[in-house]
Amino acid sequence: MSFRSLLVNSLMVFALCAIPYGQFNQQAQLQASTDVVVFSDPSLRERYYQLVAELRCPKCQNQNLADSNAPISKDMKAQIYSMLEAQNTDDEIKAYLVSRYSEFILYRPQVNSGTWFLWFAPLCFVLLGGLIVWRYAFTKTKASSVSAELTAEQQAQLDKLLEKDSAQ
Amino acid sequence: MNRLALFAPLAVFLVLSIFLFKGLDRDPTELPSALVGEAFPAFTLPALNDGRLLSEQDLKSQVTLVNVWATWCFACRIEHPMLNQLADQGVAIVGINYKDQDAKAQSWLEQRGNPYQFNIVDAQGSLGFDLGVTGAPETYLVDAQGIIQYRRVGVVDQRVWDDEFKVLYEQLVGKEK
Repeated sequence: MSFRSLLVNSLMVFALCAIPYGQFNQQAQLQASTDVVVFSDPSLRERYYQLVAELRCPKCQNQNLADSNAPISKDMKAQIYSMLEAQNTDDEIKAYLVSRYSEFILYRPQVNSGTWFLWFAPLCFVLLGGLIVWRYAFTKTKASSVSAELTAEQQAQLDKLLEKDSAQ
Repeated sequence: MNRLALFAPLAVFLVLSIFLFKGLDRDPTELPSALVGEAFPAFTLPALNDGRLLSEQDLKSQVTLVNVWATWCFACRIEHPMLNQLADQGVAIVGINYKDQDAKAQSWLEQRGNPYQFNIVDAQGSLGFDLGVTGAPETYLVDAQGIIQYRRVGVVDQRVWDDEFKVLYEQLVGKEK
């Protein structure tokens, strides 16, 4: 096989491979484009992505709206989109959705009578743990300093024992 | 004092066990309902069959079971005979045909019987959204003042009716008389 025919052959193989790849690539782009949301103001885009990331899909057990393809998530994303375009604040949008889908959908729950334990218990546990460790360490050092000092009587006893030991 | 402190890990373990044990029978898919105790959301939507406009006012004046259903919903097939049975017993049932097509819904009711006094056509799911519907079937118990008293996500069968709806339903109906 001459160098030239090898070159032609390899070019043909390359071309054949390139066609399906090109088609696939186009398809992937089309699929991706269905999820693109276009905002009138680019600052809304950032808020949209933050909201869909921190709101939870009510149908799925542990997915945010951004990750979920459930029909209800699509409805909620569409609602968030239209409320953002209508100049609603993030808090208004969250309140609107919570009034329908309950606080379950908030990955960052509000601080209220039902959730204060959730919010502050970890801090309490850390403080309690710190207190226990501190107390434990404190009493330990006190105990060891006491035991290090021998009374005169004990010292005499020790000396006697050592003397006896070295005499042997 | 020190001896008692030795039991602290055991106490922590026991408390934790109680919480975890209770968690065993909890269904994590059961969500707290935001609308129980609230008025049925306002809406203006057409009725299936005749197309006349319905609103939340049409749900007042009697205790109503509002059932969210669709022909694409498999569990609704299982639920349907129970709804027929309840309608025969005199329970007022109103349907919300959720994100469905009218023709399919009509033939479904012809084939399986129609337990509904009327059906609200919610093709876009807008009423469903205001109700906090996450899928079909869902059933709401609405009193004569139009206040939602109970919500059930999933199929209402005989057991669910007896355990969750019956007593409350009879209480509400008794109050009206």
